[in-house]
Amino acid sequence: MTSKDAAVKPAEPSRRDILYVASGAAAAGAVAGVAWPLIAQMNPDASTLALASTEVDLSAVPEGQIVTVKWRGKPVFVRHRTPAEIKAAENVPLSELPDPEPDAKRVHKPQWLVVVGVCTHLGCIPTGKEGEFNGWFCPCHGSVYDLSGRIRSGPAPTNLEVPPYAFITETKIKIG
Amino acid sequence: MEGHSQYTPKSGFARWLERRLPILSFMHDSFVAYPTPKNLNYMWVFGAILSFMLVAQIVTGVVLAMHYTPETTLAFDSVEKIMRDVNWGPILRYAHANGASMFFLAVYIHIFRGMYYGSYKEPREVLWILGVIIFMLMMATGFLGYVLPWGQMSFWAATVITNLFSAIPVVGTSITTWLLGGYSVDNPTLNRFYALHYLVPFIIVAIVILHVWALHVTGQNNPSGVEVKNIKKETVPFTPYATLKDSVGIVAFLVVYSWLTFFVPNYLGHPDNYIEANPLVTPPHIVPEWYFLPFYAILRAIPNKLLGVIALFLSILITAALPWLDTSKVKSASYRPMFRKEFWLFLAVCVGLGYLGAQPAEGAYLWFARVFSAYYFLHFLVILPLLGKIEKPEPVPESIEASIVRGETSHV
Repeated sequence: MTSKDAAVKPAEPSRRDILYVASGAAAAGAVAGVAWPLIAQMNPDASTLALASTEVDLSAVPEGQIVTVKWRGKPVFVRHRTPAEIKAAENVPLSELPDPEPDAKRVHKPQWLVVVGVCTHLGCIPTGKEGEFNGWFCPCHGSVYDLSGRIRSGPAPTNLEVPPYAFITETKIKIG
Repeated sequence: MEGHSQYTPKSGFARWLERRLPILSFMHDSFVAYPTPKNLNYMWVFGAILSFMLVAQIVTGVVLAMHYTPETTLAFDSVEKIMRDVNWGPILRYAHANGASMFFLAVYIHIFRGMYYGSYKEPREVLWILGVIIFMLMMATGFLGYVLPWGQMSFWAATVITNLFSAIPVVGTSITTWLLGGYSVDNPTLNRFYALHYLVPFIIVAIVILHVWALHVTGQNNPSGVEVKNIKKETVPFTPYATLKDSVGIVAFLVVYSWLTFFVPNYLGHPDNYIEANPLVTPPHIVPEWYFLPFYAILRAIPNKLLGVIALFLSILITAALPWLDTSKVKSASYRPMFRKEFWLFLAVCVGLGYLGAQPAEGAYLWFARVFSAYYFLHFLVILPLLGKIEKPEPVPESIEASIVRGETSHV
């Protein structure tokens, strides 16, 4: 230690230093406060958040058919599965699945599969009754889904999402 | 840089203004007296062409904005109205749409010119990074503008690109929702994309000013890669020499641009974009515009969502590190025999990736895309750093003057 080092040793913070720090902090807080609404305005507005629920009459969907309904601006696939399709979906060993989930956990009634029709990769709409498992095939980047809407191959990370829904009557469901 | 001549105000008004805002002498120093190396070849006209294209896109864009409606139920029809009812509408729209393609064509030539002649090397690193920023802003603008006609390709491009952010762990979905202003691409998305498509070009103008400023501080690189040593002997004044040469380049470029605009205006477009956006049906084969294809091929080559997205962004960002990845002291490829071969190979890989990006992501296409993507990154991360160490460069001329005497002035 030389005498020069001792000379530049910081003195006790003065009252002015505290004023600098306090006004700097106040300014930073003000900037953050102004930035918040400017950023938050981009989030979904009240009308988008007021998510309407959609009712679907299942009696109009014959066995083996898929109908697409719109919910929250997105397509939802309602698939009336045949007994053979149900069997195929139930018999898949979980070890073969990239995102393991038993078929029974993805349906309320085995003949009705309800999934959000948006590929979990980059948001395209998969085409029904196509691909190796006759479930869905995404034309954009080649993801293959099975008869339970579960991802089997391709870049999509997870299974097709099952939306919240309930049976209001034997033949009617309410999504959302 | 010292210029060739000094500005002297001639009129009384010029003298009056000069004392208050020396803008006339600034313009003189920047665009008249500014010294340009006299061995520049025609690869050096693309800076001027890009400036021209930026102005062309802003002018055609502003007039199109006078007729376009950024609302999902009206957007598609307003574009059709431009095509049918608006005076000169089809030409203005085709000029703007093909202008985007020509802009990217010019920027790719400009970038590869810089790579070949080592224009990113000391002392032009900041100049180069500003260029990378401009390129990224151009990509953002091109994408935002492509969404506005609200055709099927517009809608699904918006969906796929915004969903790239959903790959980010934990906060990804929230970010995508924030970008979209909803749970899917819809009116709030279109509205904000329009606002941003109008804004970003002016940010590009600002960065271009910095880019030109940085260029005028360091001076231009030249085909020999040797710095200017004697301004009087080795440079010529910007006006008339570069001004006129650039004009020749712009006219030649305009021939191609006009041919696209007037004769084959839809050649580079996709027919699907003349179908109005339908959120319930994805077209069977979606591909981006040609200028995004190499990056799209890299995205699809990787069978993991997050890693694919990281590779996509990294493939663009990595170019900013080029000044430090290329370890060779020699700038110009003219004196780097191994790098010269590597450059053309790399260019072929980029073009190959572009071709593969347009093909379906399956079978042999997918495997080639993987090999090419790997090569793309190897070029930057392994080959360039090693090449500077193992390559024996050919003798570099002492000066620009010496390279001209050696007969190396390439009149490309």
